[in-house]
Amino acid sequence: MKESLGTTGLLVNEPLLWEKGKKGRCGFSLPRRDVEPCFLDQELTGEGPDFPDLSEVDVVRHYTRLAQWNFGVDTGMYPLGSCTMKYSPKTNEKQASLPGFTGAHPLLPSSLSQGALKMLFEFEQYLNEITGMHATTLQPAAGAHGELTGMLIIHAFHKKQGSKRSKIIVPDTAHGTNPASISLCGFRPVPVTSNEQGILSVESIAEIMDPDTAGIMVTNPNTLGLFEENIQNIAEIVHAKGGLVYCDGANMNAVMGMVKMGDIGIDVMQLNLHKTFSTPHGGGGPGSGPVSVAKHLEPFLPVPRVVEENGAYILAQDYPDSIGKISAFHGAFGVVIKAYSYIRRMGPENLKKASQLAVLNANYIKEMLKGTLHLPYDRPCMHECVFSDKHQAVQKVATLDMAKRLMDYGFHPPTVYFPLVVPGAIMVEPTETESKEDIDQFIAAFKAIANEARENPDLLHDAPKSCKVKRLDEVTAARKPCLAG
Amino acid sequence: MIYLPHTHEDIFSMLQVLGVDNLDDLFSTVPEDCRFNGHLNLPEALSEWELNDHMSTLSHTMAVSPEYKVFLGAGSYEHFIPASVSYLLGRSEFVTSYTPYQPEMSQGTLQAIYEYQTLAARLLGMEVATASHYDGATALAEALLMAVRITKRKKIAISSLIHPLYRRVVQTYFNPTGYEVVELPYLNTGATDATGLDEMDDLAAVAIQSPNFFGCIENLQALGQKTHDTKALFVVSFTEALAYGLLKNPGSQGADIVGGEGQSLGIPRSFGGPALGMLASGKKHMRSLPGRLVGKTKDLDGKTGFVLTLATREQHIRREKATSNICTNNSLCALAAAMYMASVGGTGIRKLARLNYDKAEYLKKELKKAGFAIPFDRPTFNEFVVEFPSGFEATHKHLLEKNIIAGLCLAPFYPELANHYLLCVTETRSKNDMDALVREVKS
Amino acid sequence: MKELSEIHLPDDVRYAEDHEWARLEENKVRVGLDDYAQDQLGDIVFVELPQVGDTFKQGEEFATVESVKAVCECYLPVSGKIIAVNTALEESPELVNDSPYGDGWFVEVNPGDLSEMENLMTHVACMEKLKGAQ
Repeated sequence: MKESLGTTGLLVNEPLLWEKGKKGRCGFSLPRRDVEPCFLDQELTGEGPDFPDLSEVDVVRHYTRLAQWNFGVDTGMYPLGSCTMKYSPKTNEKQASLPGFTGAHPLLPSSLSQGALKMLFEFEQYLNEITGMHATTLQPAAGAHGELTGMLIIHAFHKKQGSKRSKIIVPDTAHGTNPASISLCGFRPVPVTSNEQGILSVESIAEIMDPDTAGIMVTNPNTLGLFEENIQNIAEIVHAKGGLVYCDGANMNAVMGMVKMGDIGIDVMQLNLHKTFSTPHGGGGPGSGPVSVAKHLEPFLPVPRVVEENGAYILAQDYPDSIGKISAFHGAFGVVIKAYSYIRRMGPENLKKASQLAVLNANYIKEMLKGTLHLPYDRPCMHECVFSDKHQAVQKVATLDMAKRLMDYGFHPPTVYFPLVVPGAIMVEPTETESKEDIDQFIAAFKAIANEARENPDLLHDAPKSCKVKRLDEVTAARKPCLAG
Repeated sequence: MIYLPHTHEDIFSMLQVLGVDNLDDLFSTVPEDCRFNGHLNLPEALSEWELNDHMSTLSHTMAVSPEYKVFLGAGSYEHFIPASVSYLLGRSEFVTSYTPYQPEMSQGTLQAIYEYQTLAARLLGMEVATASHYDGATALAEALLMAVRITKRKKIAISSLIHPLYRRVVQTYFNPTGYEVVELPYLNTGATDATGLDEMDDLAAVAIQSPNFFGCIENLQALGQKTHDTKALFVVSFTEALAYGLLKNPGSQGADIVGGEGQSLGIPRSFGGPALGMLASGKKHMRSLPGRLVGKTKDLDGKTGFVLTLATREQHIRREKATSNICTNNSLCALAAAMYMASVGGTGIRKLARLNYDKAEYLKKELKKAGFAIPFDRPTFNEFVVEFPSGFEATHKHLLEKNIIAGLCLAPFYPELANHYLLCVTETRSKNDMDALVREVKS
Repeated sequence: MKELSEIHLPDDVRYAEDHEWARLEENKVRVGLDDYAQDQLGDIVFVELPQVGDTFKQGEEFATVESVKAVCECYLPVSGKIIAVNTALEESPELVNDSPYGDGWFVEVNPGDLSEMENLMTHVACMEKLKGAQ
């Protein structure tokens, strides 16, 4: 394509819901009333909520217009580091919307929900195989929820041993959910710095690991897109003093079929189905964060567990050491169906291929942009690479400005200002579903922007120009929050 | 593979740029002893058509409408979802976008969630609602942790008529914290027994669910009063959001924080998830709220726009001092709820809620007429408890074969309530369905 | 953000390591955040202050300051009891940016030990430290 990807188009303004409508309109077909009204104590009834009355046309136009202001993976490349914005296959949506699944009550008798239970059981097996772990729970509803589950399991393990431990080691490159999950569980996070190569060193862990430390929470590959090469030795040090190794598996997209976490010293980990396993992000969720554990931690998994008995599947509750429940029911079942469908469609060879191509795409971008953007760690990366705005600082152009200008070029910006160890970080994760042409176009756009930074930096400072709105006043939004209409 | 666009030529030319021979060489930083060199033991790839067949077979084993008449509520409710909502929810700009951290290209999500926050706050009678949590159980757990943070007290009291699985989740969250959780018993009217509160003066919060697990409507105002007398915060939970289309909302009854389930608002049951945790509070506690918040503001040209705000509460900035660890929430479910609330409307939701109430009352009346006991006399919304004669278990099982699920047995959750069943009737059950049920249980 | 030469460090206050300032006024000490810190933080959106009557030791966390994307803990430069808090910051946190040594003050302290002021840096020492860190 010779023309720039980014262009202008017709966007229509649309007011807030309660600025539309007329009393008496309705967008819902009220079911036939086949019973008489019964006595209802007026003491109990309220005014009813102040909702607008809208027709179906009002509602459909409203949300159609709003949708057009959004940019999704289906619109274009969305190289958000750490998020794995890969393409979401549409057959997954079809399977999740089958009436047998959508209409199912979670407390149906097992005999009347065999399809769901079978699927959950099989999916746990698939994740066990991919992670190299022994058992899996599908109950956590997001990655952070899985992290909390893992921390609760670690807490329960030590409690059962009669060992009181108060700390968890966490690298400075960790995602914010890591220390937050640690705190939620009553532990104190103990930070450790990565070395000059951007990974954890054995010595730094050995220095701080002690019998009061419950474990370590690593991300592998880490948030700099680098494989934690010393993981096995680190795991040994932690295990030697009775600690456990938690792995944040958010970056699993780099190593499917290439590394099995269970074989390299990990005791417990979570996966993000909305990352590695292609379920769509939905504008912020829902996700699903299954947790896989080594054998010694299986007794602590949340209940109920799906078990196979005489060729049928049942929900078993009798696990006295279980941490309890982390979701009301079985977790994000509707999301799990999509990931299950993804694994069935991909098969083992393609899952491995996906990881290899994700790593290929990231390294290609790294190589092609390293002249243009500063590359703090010039070594082979995994599925994502991190640049910084150091080269552009002299032009008084920051990461934020380049990110906003990318929008005018038709791309969603990469992750910015994370990880914290790289000032002005730009974390690019293309994923394997981006073609070479799209990636080349992305590279060309970034090069053009770097040029603009030199010749005409105001183009960046004033960006974006072609979205529904320009840059927004986040200061007033925080000083005088207006959170409801 | 249709989701992997790279051709051999693409791969070759990219490898050339990198100066390596094959894809394996890209993993040179993975130590040899970390490498897995085998094959993943997973089923071979299915074509899209084989997958359709496979999933169709699985889904046909499930007991769902219209073949089955399922009189189950207990935290998951069957309600009609307009075709327009399902259609709009399929817009890929909503489905495939990420959290709106880059607001300029996410105004669709941001305005939609701002609207959801507003409608949710209005439904619950509160000033501020968050952009969603995982489900009602975790919303309740977060509400209670929030109360602990605000009051700096270390004990909470929760009603034993809060959904048993919600209570289990709260216990799981509270286990490692060292905070104390006490349960309030229930009265034979089917309401919470709060007399024990008179003795407690060190509570961070008292949590009540209304309608409660027995379907009974609690006297929230009185309970709120009693709670505030102990200087604790009044936390109200719910599993059936539609109830507030008709009943007095928690905010009007003195709730300080509300944490419950919004699945009834346009979200299919889907075997329990994804669901919709709804959390709301007054403005004075706004900065203690966990989860994302969307705020209204203006752009450089003075145009109205929306952004995520008060982010300093959240994990990506505050890390271990954040109000929660939540990152991904249930945004698309919140969107579904907003679409549903917009479609049903203010006038419609009262009619719909009233229909739920009247239908459930009809079944209650008919069962009474047929000689079955209704043990709790507190008014109910669309769920109620019936005491069937001893041995009903066999009848319940027999009815499964007739494609009728006659309620949820309470005995596993309340061992003292043998032969008590929780039945739910929504607008999706016809008079014929109910008459058939009564006929069957009578015989 | 400002150049070092533009940072304003008046001579009538003393400076702590983390950029809080302390001014002796008759027999109380007024405390705030210095120009360098407010400049680094950017537009301030919220200040969380302690209650009147709270007591702190020198170096103890007593307040937090928030910009849109960052939170900064503030440590009390001298031990003592809080006798006044600047309630104007609730409505107008931007006072900290606009007038860090004047209307943007945080608290007034009844000091426990006035000799602690000697441990704090003069405006000259503070500037030297900033230059050294560059």
